[in-house]
Amino acid sequence: MTTKARTEYEVVVGVEVHVQLKTRSKMFCACPRDYYNAEPNTHVCPVCLGAPGVLPVINREAVHFTILAGLAMGCEIPAESKFDRKNYPYPDLMKGYQISQYDRPLCVGGALEIEGDDGPKTVRLERIHLEEDTARLLHRDDGAEPYSLIDVNRSGVPLMELVTKPDMRSGHETAAFLRTLRQLLRYLEISDADMEKGSFRFDVNLSLRPRGTQPLGTKVELKNMNSFRSAQRGVEFEVQRQSAILESGGRILLETRGFVDATGETASQRSKEEAHDYRYFPEPDLPPLRIPAEEVAALRERLPELPDAKRARFEREYGLPHDEAALLAETRARAGAFEEAVRAAGDPKRARAVAHWLIGDVARHLNALGADAELADTRVTPAHIGELARLVEERTVTASSAKEVLDAAFESGEMPAAIVEARGLRIVSDAGAIDEVARRVIEANPKAVDDYRGGKESAIKFLVGQVMREMRGRADPNGATEALRSHLEAGR
Amino acid sequence: MATLDLDVPAHEHAARMRAGDYTARALAEATLARIRAQEPALHAYVTITEELARAQADAADARLRAGDAAPLVGIPVGVKDLLCTRGVRTTASSRMLERFVPFYDCTVVERLQAAGAVIVGKTNLDEFAMGSSTEHSAFGPTRNPWDLERVPGGSSGGSAATVAARGVPISLGTDTGGSIRQPAALCGILGLKPTYGRVSRYGVVAFASSLDQVGPFGRDAEDVANLLGAIAGHDERDSTTVPVPVPDYTAGFARGLAGLRVGVPEQFLERGLGPGVREAIEEAIAVFEHAGAIIDRSVALPTAGAALAVYYIIAPSEASANLARYDGVKYGFAVTDGASVEAEMSETRGRGFGSEVKRRIMLGTYALSAGYYDAYYLKAQKVRTVITREFESAFAEHDVILTPTSPTTAFRLGEKLEDPYAMYLNDLFTIPVNISGDPAISIPCGFADGLPVGLQLIGRHFDEATLLAAANAYGEATDAGKASPAALP
Ligand SMILES: [Zn+2]
Repeated sequence: MTTKARTEYEVVVGVEVHVQLKTRSKMFCACPRDYYNAEPNTHVCPVCLGAPGVLPVINREAVHFTILAGLAMGCEIPAESKFDRKNYPYPDLMKGYQISQYDRPLCVGGALEIEGDDGPKTVRLERIHLEEDTARLLHRDDGAEPYSLIDVNRSGVPLMELVTKPDMRSGHETAAFLRTLRQLLRYLEISDADMEKGSFRFDVNLSLRPRGTQPLGTKVELKNMNSFRSAQRGVEFEVQRQSAILESGGRILLETRGFVDATGETASQRSKEEAHDYRYFPEPDLPPLRIPAEEVAALRERLPELPDAKRARFEREYGLPHDEAALLAETRARAGAFEEAVRAAGDPKRARAVAHWLIGDVARHLNALGADAELADTRVTPAHIGELARLVEERTVTASSAKEVLDAAFESGEMPAAIVEARGLRIVSDAGAIDEVARRVIEANPKAVDDYRGGKESAIKFLVGQVMREMRGRADPNGATEALRSHLEAGR
Repeated sequence: MATLDLDVPAHEHAARMRAGDYTARALAEATLARIRAQEPALHAYVTITEELARAQADAADARLRAGDAAPLVGIPVGVKDLLCTRGVRTTASSRMLERFVPFYDCTVVERLQAAGAVIVGKTNLDEFAMGSSTEHSAFGPTRNPWDLERVPGGSSGGSAATVAARGVPISLGTDTGGSIRQPAALCGILGLKPTYGRVSRYGVVAFASSLDQVGPFGRDAEDVANLLGAIAGHDERDSTTVPVPVPDYTAGFARGLAGLRVGVPEQFLERGLGPGVREAIEEAIAVFEHAGAIIDRSVALPTAGAALAVYYIIAPSEASANLARYDGVKYGFAVTDGASVEAEMSETRGRGFGSEVKRRIMLGTYALSAGYYDAYYLKAQKVRTVITREFESAFAEHDVILTPTSPTTAFRLGEKLEDPYAMYLNDLFTIPVNISGDPAISIPCGFADGLPVGLQLIGRHFDEATLLAAANAYGEATDAGKASPAALP
């Protein structure tokens, strides 16, 4: 009797990401782009309504934003690009076609470095192109029968579509790519890249193949994931589902499947037979788009320092450990606040202390405000943090008082030095006063004294803590240690 | 002091109004009265805009009193019902848009208003400008003023017929494959298709975006020149308009025909011409030659014969996308009792569009479909480039190219309605010019069997001035185009 060896499968993943760009106006008309808090159908005009006879005009800012993304990912920017019509009938598509880019996108190739399953990894891009978003259908069921309303505010919002090559090999890598991409887009300040607002949406294409083989398996398109976690879970579920089918000798169907958040599973939405023929053809209302080399050069000048470069510089310039540098470089705002605070602290040597404040107590305050809160959303500025680090470093306040100062600053916005004075938090280094307290603490804690004298050196930490408590944290910890030690040695 | 005579051209009205002979309001009232009297027989209009005309005429009178000498102040004009007019329904002669009232003006209408013109009505056309006889209007055909049993041509048949019938002195049409020039020829007036990119298409209901151009009708070259001057020029709302300066088109009239190098491609005179057409064209060529033009019959446009095929791939392809928006969801005709949204959209289009429009949407959808795109659309674009180059090289040695505008004179109502291909052949001479994007004018050049014949002059890119100067000189040298049709009030 022979046993059949179980085949090990490898998943091959590529993603398509749609990103709403944070331009002032829409892609092809002058309507304001930002509709998040607008009443339905208030940011509309004949062009984005798809009224008869009106014509699109290209928003150059959207073109620039897309090229910025391309440059940040090392894409080639062809000198000429063009728009095409993508035809499909749907009630949310005001013209019955979407203006998109078919065979001559704004950006070609490129890559993004991510933290892969086995260390750093390069995910190559196929292309990045520009198109327009559709209107939004709002489905209602509050009458005799269900009906739908259309909000045209979103129609014509600039939408950048990025397509990767099938370079990811797990749900975790898929999520890592999406996270890294979102960070980059936010760094470039070209998009909110906010999944809840719908400004960062993605579909996943995946297939399985026996590990070690080259040909790709049957492709399944996965939709409806609205978090990085659901991207990871969706891919992982598909790996299990498809492995089981292949293992039992079945065939994978070429289809589109939707991820169901509640169950963590996927369900079939549409098979290949129902797929659209989009009948692309060049948009006759828009002449080919020329991108002069000087324009690309000027945009390259506008590129900010990118997350990886910034992290590396923080390690080098401020002597920060990798993880701390990475945390500070996570958002452009946090990185900016860090460097400004270091300047305010008056000495680059205080960078480490500033970093600890930002990663520790400041982060705790921000987390309480919400997931994406930044320092700028509070009354505390980088100048506060810098001053606080300086006050601790110069031994004007103790570390424990400093926490109270920070809390007060978040409360009132007052500067740390002023808070220290107002609250009498200045450090007490007066040897007489500390000595007096030290003596009382020794008397009140015979057990700790015995421990210390019995050779347990660490017992002194407890006693220092008691001195600090007595003096409401203002005691100079070095002075307190010295005073305690002299009493303890003297009484031996 | 001259009396109010509706048969004079616009520039004559302008002079008389400036002289104080009559007001713009009086001219508007007389015009409206004549249009109303002619309409039962002619049916040139979808909508007569009496109130708008009166308000614009009063505004024009204020400008005239203030000494405004712009050529179109107070001049009545008919506007093809494909051009969106704010607050005035714009139907494209389709059931689909029967009750559609735009909330915006097209650029051309804005410019007309700025020029002081008085819009008296929206003229009839083949539905969505698809046709050559105006019989495809959902609201009934327009008749030819020279013979009410015959078509005025199309698609801008209403605009041509009302000018020929002396209803208005000037009007606007659009030309995608000959829709200005062919009706101008069949109605015995002048009609000009500008260079693609010369006049804004913003707010003009789109048929075939890479071919459509708005252009003027008139009874003499000066009126056509003044109307073109008022509407031409770059528009930032239309990215396909070109920032080439607009010249004073009448300033070049002094040139005349002397030394004008005229290419006459024999291929356009050899086949399929109706009786009397070749004779009228040859007579006109003789007039040109007599006035000092240099006639060259050796010019060849070998690929121009393929233009019709190219056109019937590109135009329906673009139309199939342009007309996708008419689905009953947002505006216009809508079927609302369907089983699903998809069923309602489908039923709306099935009932809202006429047969010719549906035929072209299906042609275009087919040509763009996966597996056919390369063989049809892409190949057509390549041939288009070849045709454009042939015109370019012809213009290296010629100032204009002269052809008949239409192979025949006006045909009878219903004669070609059941034979789309015979109808399409009507545009054999006009279509190559839309394919190449060049400007062209149709000029009346006499009659065949009592029906007007038109000749077409094609010019270089953005050289409408030469066409207008030649048309003016030809008009002064002959009495062609000066006769009036007798049949109407
Ligand atoms: Zn808009």
